[in-house]
Amino acid sequence: MRNIFLFIQRYFTFISFLVLQIICIILLSRSSESHNSFFSTAANEVTGRINRQYSGVTQYFALRETNRLLAEENAQLRNLLKDNFIDTVAKSINVTDSTTRDSSGRTRKFRFLPAHVIGNTVTLQNNYLTIERGTLQGVKKGMAVTSPQGIVGVVVDAGPNISRIMSLLHRKSKVSAMLKKDGVAGSLEWDGADPSYLLLTDIPKSSVIKTGDTVLTSTYSSNFPSRLPIGTVSKINSDTESNFYTLRIKTAVNFFSIQYVYLIDNAFYQEQFNLEQSTPNKQ
Amino acid sequence: MNPVIKHIFRFILFILIQVFVLNTIPPLHQFIVPYLYFLFILWLPIGINRVALLLVAFLFGLSLDYFTGTPGLHASPCVLIAYLRPFLLQLLLAQETAEAGYKEPGHATMGWVPYITYAGILSLIHHICLVLIEWLQFGDFFYFIGKVTGTTAISLLMILIAELLIPRKEASRAGK
Repeated sequence: MRNIFLFIQRYFTFISFLVLQIICIILLSRSSESHNSFFSTAANEVTGRINRQYSGVTQYFALRETNRLLAEENAQLRNLLKDNFIDTVAKSINVTDSTTRDSSGRTRKFRFLPAHVIGNTVTLQNNYLTIERGTLQGVKKGMAVTSPQGIVGVVVDAGPNISRIMSLLHRKSKVSAMLKKDGVAGSLEWDGADPSYLLLTDIPKSSVIKTGDTVLTSTYSSNFPSRLPIGTVSKINSDTESNFYTLRIKTAVNFFSIQYVYLIDNAFYQEQFNLEQSTPNKQ
Repeated sequence: MNPVIKHIFRFILFILIQVFVLNTIPPLHQFIVPYLYFLFILWLPIGINRVALLLVAFLFGLSLDYFTGTPGLHASPCVLIAYLRPFLLQLLLAQETAEAGYKEPGHATMGWVPYITYAGILSLIHHICLVLIEWLQFGDFFYFIGKVTGTTAISLLMILIAELLIPRKEASRAGK
């Protein structure tokens, strides 16, 4: 017994070093398994508050850019207004409202929720954004996130007032995307190299692609509405061993200066998710 | 200033600089990521209790992790360099400096060459550990070597600039 105590006394520093390293490894492995397990809400709220203070200062520097984007988007939305279209038959009256059902009996699928970005990284291999909205304001895990220019990421963790978004600049991020001109869908990933470029893989060589082609979210995605902008093709890599192209996509979003985003709630997300999970992969 | 308050102040300052300044700089290249935060651990007093040093380093790394959303990623290399630091100081320090434990490692207490060796070795170890964790997740050997070299070089450059820019009272008073 005495020897054990002597041993502990002798190697106390080394033992505490080992214990701390093991804690680090446990934290790391748990956080990479699932994002939600470790981020305790308390720690998120603390760093969130500091981030909010800081972004309160920096957002003034980006006001001009934010303003321009808002004006651009306003113009886009104004073009969609019902008043701009003349109904030549004039037999029905169109009503714009935000209820869950419209007058022709169709059900609302997507709801948009604006949010202010208060934290953002781009230099790491796994990047996250922090936003000032939480479950109290209706944020749910798995909600899609887009900015006025293009899509940004997916909500992975929601606290009461602060949420975290897995940015597209994340090694595990995977979004279904398609080419605008022929609707061929592939999978959008990031290789960790340059924050302004993403990779679109699994595009069959049968489709004709030119640099500058527009890439949109595909119709297969469970959380993203279809046809949201992602970016443009900047380089075509043709892999000689397989039948697929790997495309380098210049992102439409400037990830360095995201100020405001929209969270998109798909009313049927849970249903689609459960159904796709429950179908066995091998029949 | 009371040394404890001074170090708490530095703790907060280094975290804020890393999170809000260095992490927001647009990257020049995928291999070059500016890291300066671990200079806090290099600047702790020479005679600090070794277990306390480990705990402080762990807390320091973990608080940075909460900002970047990667618990454990920075804490692990911080604990590693905190553990190796006393051994390295023992090798590099002159006898009389090693006995004056309240002093901090710096060019004035150690001399330029030992200080650069000290900072260089520890930042190399820090980056090897940090990039190794990323590499185990993503796997690309060229990436590993390139990123360790690029990041260590830029860190060492920033440590030298910080050393020249920031006069540390304790350090200069104890000069030769």
